[in-house]
Amino acid sequence: MTDTIDVIDQLVGITPGAPADALRSRRPITKEHAQKSWTALFEPVDESQASLAERFAVAVFVAALHGDKSIKEFYGTKLTGLENGAVLLATVKALAELNATKGPYGHYPEGPLSVENVDGPALDIGPADRAILGDRLTAALEHAYLLTYRPRDASPAELEKLLSTGWNTTGVITLSQLVSFLAFQIRVVAGLRVLAAA
Amino acid sequence: MSDTVIEPAVENPPVAFTQDKIGWTPWLQPLAETELTDRHYEALVDKARAKSGYFALLVRDPDILEARTKTDNDIFYNTKDGLPRAERELAATAASRLNGCILCASVHSRFASQYSKREADVQKLLDEGVDADLGERWNAIVSASVALSTTPPSFTSDHAKRLREAGLSDEEISDVVHGAAFFNWANRLMLSIGEPTPAS
Repeated sequence: MTDTIDVIDQLVGITPGAPADALRSRRPITKEHAQKSWTALFEPVDESQASLAERFAVAVFVAALHGDKSIKEFYGTKLTGLENGAVLLATVKALAELNATKGPYGHYPEGPLSVENVDGPALDIGPADRAILGDRLTAALEHAYLLTYRPRDASPAELEKLLSTGWNTTGVITLSQLVSFLAFQIRVVAGLRVLAAA
Repeated sequence: MSDTVIEPAVENPPVAFTQDKIGWTPWLQPLAETELTDRHYEALVDKARAKSGYFALLVRDPDILEARTKTDNDIFYNTKDGLPRAERELAATAASRLNGCILCASVHSRFASQYSKREADVQKLLDEGVDADLGERWNAIVSASVALSTTPPSFTSDHAKRLREAGLSDEEISDVVHGAAFFNWANRLMLSIGEPTPAS
């Protein structure tokens, strides 16, 4: 199924002819490929390495960590429609609420930038939630937390955690793209909302 | 299969922000050129990227790589109108400086210097960080990019107002928004699937 609705327009609340519609329409290639990026991630041709439920659960989580209620609800509605989605949604939302903080923070390689190191939390999901989410999604959410708040703390050991719970290399790439794309989408929406309100 | 993590022992890794041409090495196995299909080449957009470890790794999921690359190219290279290329690169550099992507900052600070001819100011941003004083127009762009790059984003009408007062149209402010937002995508990928290597 193909979504004919432009997701960023929908999330900003852009109506045809509005000033923000004109801002987007003057960059038709950006608009088209931002939407194609969304489709590639959320209406994938191949979901064998990252299931739809995993994708939407991570999306709800990342939107919630960004404190964006309407984007969280958008992905939450999609997750609810999937098998086991309502249970995952409740767990993911609660985890985000409990662990939301402010970024970016993290550490630099040892050297002159070490003075700019900022400590902050890492996410370690407990056994009760892990039992609901499963090892794969637990690892994905912990990685999404790292990418969202402290991307400069990434390491081979963090990727090993994904591989050891059943993600393969292609799945890790898709997951990394998905979290990183959301960081983009959420910020385009935040910026356009300000311009649309002017 | 190739589903193992690579732990490169990088000697003398870059430990400071620089405009030098540094490199990057992946933590996961890229596709070899012999494994690439027509679909992979199409997704790479620029065929020469098959030789880049970064793109040869990302091409494992061709659909998102292709859409991402075309988004990227339009945001930065479509300069027939709107914000000058130098200031799009400045927004990208500021986001990369805040998030801590030494490689992304090196590439885009070089572009910012090349297009603006203000290499010393660009270096000041790298050396002093996002609070460096670069003159009001650039300060306003850096400040907007930083506000968009925090999590949660903290970009408000005050940032837009400051940009307008610095002479930017809403079309140009939208270009700042997209340049900064895109680097929140790029920084996270570049930082999390590999690491920088020294200039050769």
